[in-house]
Amino acid sequence: MSIIDKTAAVPAPRGGSDHTGPLLEVKNLHVEFHTRDGVAKAVNGVNYSVDAGETLAVLGESGSGKSVTAQAIMGILDMPPGKIPQGEILFRGQDMLKMSEEERRKIRGRKIAMIFQDALSSLNPVLTVGYQLGEMFRVHHGMSKKDATVKAVELMDKVKIPAAKARVSDYPHQFSGGMRQRIMIAMALALEPDLIIADEPTTALDVTVQAQVMDLLAELQQEYNMGLILITHDLGVVADVADKIAVMYAGRIVEQAPVHELYKRPAHPYTRGLLESIPRLDQKGQELYAIKGLPPNLLKVPTGCAFNPRCPKADDICRTEIPALVPVTEQNGADLPGRKSACHFWKETIHG
Amino acid sequence: MADLSNNHEAPGEPILQVRNLQKHFPLTQGILFKKQVGAVKAVDGVSFDLYQGETLGIVGESGCGKSTVAKLLMNLERATAGEVFYKGQDITKLSGRALKAVRRNIQMVFQDPYTSLNPRMTVGDIIGEPFDIHPEVAPKGDRRRKVQELLDVVGLNPEYINRYPHQFSGGQRQRIGIARGLALNPEIIICDEPVSALDVSVQAQVINLMGKLQDEFNLSYIFIAHDLSIVRHISDRVGVMYLGKMAEIGTDEQIYEHPTHPYTQALLSAVPVPDPEARAHRERIILTGDVPSPANPPSGCSFRTRCWKAQEKCSQEAPVLAVPQRFQGVDSPAAHFSACHFAEEKQVVPVH
Amino acid sequence: MPDVTKTAAAVEDAVAPPSVDASAPVAKAEKARSLWGDAWVDLRRNPYFIVSSVLIALLLLISAWPTLFTSASPSAGDLVHHFLSKPELGSVGSPEWLGYDQQGRSVYARLIHGTRASVTVGIAVTAIVTILGGVMGMIAGYFGGVIDAFISRITDIFFGIPFLLGAMVILQSFTERTVWVVVFALAFLGWTQITRVMRGAVITVKQADYVHAAKALGAGTVRILFRHILPNAMAPVIVVATIALGGYISAEATLSFLGLGLAAPTVSWGVDISAGVAQIRVAPHVLLWPSIMLSLTVLAFIMLGEAVRNALDPKLR
Repeated sequence: MSIIDKTAAVPAPRGGSDHTGPLLEVKNLHVEFHTRDGVAKAVNGVNYSVDAGETLAVLGESGSGKSVTAQAIMGILDMPPGKIPQGEILFRGQDMLKMSEEERRKIRGRKIAMIFQDALSSLNPVLTVGYQLGEMFRVHHGMSKKDATVKAVELMDKVKIPAAKARVSDYPHQFSGGMRQRIMIAMALALEPDLIIADEPTTALDVTVQAQVMDLLAELQQEYNMGLILITHDLGVVADVADKIAVMYAGRIVEQAPVHELYKRPAHPYTRGLLESIPRLDQKGQELYAIKGLPPNLLKVPTGCAFNPRCPKADDICRTEIPALVPVTEQNGADLPGRKSACHFWKETIHG
Repeated sequence: MADLSNNHEAPGEPILQVRNLQKHFPLTQGILFKKQVGAVKAVDGVSFDLYQGETLGIVGESGCGKSTVAKLLMNLERATAGEVFYKGQDITKLSGRALKAVRRNIQMVFQDPYTSLNPRMTVGDIIGEPFDIHPEVAPKGDRRRKVQELLDVVGLNPEYINRYPHQFSGGQRQRIGIARGLALNPEIIICDEPVSALDVSVQAQVINLMGKLQDEFNLSYIFIAHDLSIVRHISDRVGVMYLGKMAEIGTDEQIYEHPTHPYTQALLSAVPVPDPEARAHRERIILTGDVPSPANPPSGCSFRTRCWKAQEKCSQEAPVLAVPQRFQGVDSPAAHFSACHFAEEKQVVPVH
Repeated sequence: MPDVTKTAAAVEDAVAPPSVDASAPVAKAEKARSLWGDAWVDLRRNPYFIVSSVLIALLLLISAWPTLFTSASPSAGDLVHHFLSKPELGSVGSPEWLGYDQQGRSVYARLIHGTRASVTVGIAVTAIVTILGGVMGMIAGYFGGVIDAFISRITDIFFGIPFLLGAMVILQSFTERTVWVVVFALAFLGWTQITRVMRGAVITVKQADYVHAAKALGAGTVRILFRHILPNAMAPVIVVATIALGGYISAEATLSFLGLGLAAPTVSWGVDISAGVAQIRVAPHVLLWPSIMLSLTVLAFIMLGEAVRNALDPKLR
């Protein structure tokens, strides 16, 4: 553990030179919620990893478990009713689920930060934004109030809030939605974390503002060489910023691929269906392809492949056997690096 | 729906004419004696026509007044000024019995399927309520069968008639809302963000359903949304709103492929396209700043504060919505209504 | 709609037929469950609800047919029994069970016969307050404007009056204070509490899209108020009224204790508590039993209110 201790003491060695392997690795994570009507299995064995400077997009609909996974990583899951029966969350090789609350608290904010969808409810309405930004420095670095305010202004400049000096003593409700999201980003960046988890960061914003915020996020990520986990349901946003994509459905990852590959040749019928079902700005089609049926009820996930009741390719095997997430290859058996699919018929899907 | 095809208008005759529609919400001060100190100009002079059987899309960012337009057309809010002619009759001044009669022909589908259905009523009661209010539409003994037919029309199991809204998913609830809107055989349906609260895979189902119902019942839609891709998919003509005014209006091809208003161009260029190949060679116009407050709009052209083309003239003279001078008499898709002093064509969406 | 079947076939592919509907197995099993039904299922599982409703049912039974529980008269005293108390006295349910008071009247019989006064005051005040306050709140919340301002200012004024002090002043001006006079005094001061709750609930509900939808269909004010707004605004009123019921019972007892509420010969717990205080050293049982009954009754209604609150608003848990 001496390696870890050193990283904690020395201010953030970028790129994780001490620890080989991914910055963050989630292994076989399970999360369930105990409710009045039964046990909802929100996450059922998720594996993914992010490197420094890399953007992983986790794509899924509501109830796919994408946000719950992120909350488990941050350690902000409500437990109970939530429960993590098994799995590991390795940050620089160290399992965060086995850490004490105190150790986790040190990582949270300092090493891993999170940006939420709703910036207004994530900021305290009775404190000025300058105070809230400065709080990070006062609490974690023991700065004086004055120094912290100077730092807060610097951060606001960094996220391109105009007239930062004048606005540092304003309250959150005095800022527009886009500006508030920038303040959230500034807060997340304050301690220069190694990893940022952004949960639908632009969903509540208008398109023109959305583009500004995503650009800012990408720029800062590059500057600080951070890992970024982008959780979203928007296939357009993903295509714009992601390096690799994990598609989730009913608490499992059904497909993993580098961004270009995924859009060109999806290897899972669900991904394919999603891509075909969104209307395109640059095309006007007659009728949209629609994935039939409804997203699954987590209290009663279908047996076998969870997608089978909605899948055009479903066969008997899909109703009985849960497909494993297996590497996908070219027709001739050549490797497709980074590609995996959890479908019994991935060959037919990608090559058919 | 034979009765609908009977009163089919002569082609070119608009079914709904909106002229200079305004809605100003007064800003008041004082507790006992309220004094008006200003007004939020939510809708500030909007004009357009809706033709029989067509879909007019209205796009714009939050706060542009598009939802207020929906409420004004439905007479849920009283217009401050302006007229809405339905078959030559100004419906903004109607009340009582005359208004009730018009309501049979203009119906609405709401954005949020979780709040638009009364949670204490069964689905049968919700869809049957239009018949209770307008008993002349369906004789009493016939209503249950009618409700079941409507459930069937929107693709729900007619046996669900006795269930309550919370027993359905978002997509199914939106179908219930559509069934309620259809019950009175309206000619016009105003859809305020009807799919934005739904999951991606369910959006396509609802959009397809709406398209089919339009063909089936010869409906005219006003489709209000912030998602430009969906609007393009469903609309015949599109109007772009900014700060309570119509910036540009034309056919979907004119607006998406030959936009002449800088705001439309920026809006279109900011939409994330689900195609990672496009991200390298796509020119994006990133607007600076936020939408100004509708309580205090800029003088002249309301977009000038964020416009890269703005000149002296823009602050002095509000541009009118008309075919710009340079395109008058030109046989080009660029010759459509655009409220800009310096309108020029700029292609921002890649054409396939 | 002549072409219904055709359209239905056309949309079929976009829709989940029951056999492939992912949630179909669950959906098939579940019956139509209204929100009230759900709340009822929740309530039945709540031990607080079971305990409190058994208690309340018993209290109602006692106040309706007190003679089922005791044959002794609450007002017939025999000075032979003066202050006699347990353990030397008789079996459960007999007139001498809980001892005798100063005038030799059965404490048990007085307890049983005193129930009616308390329960009547509680229920009657709650009923009047809920109806009057509910209607006023609904009018204020729905119509807004000047009417709302007027009603709200009235409730503000009442809010400034200390409840007990106000009741004392009102009761002072009546020479003969029957149960109904007490009911009047408490209801007069209590209705504004419900008005406030109802007004707030109505204002929230009237902004819901389903109210707009009903308006868009051409629904009239009566339909909107009673079909859409009232059913959805009732839950908080029910909760507040149930909890307040316990409060009214204790207010009645307090007033009677102070000599401003009910008075002898009316049999009431408050009257007995008042009489018992003077002899607390010689005969504590005279004070003890009505106090216990009073506390249990108030507790039962508050517990019921809490249970109903939890069932109607699961978010609170």
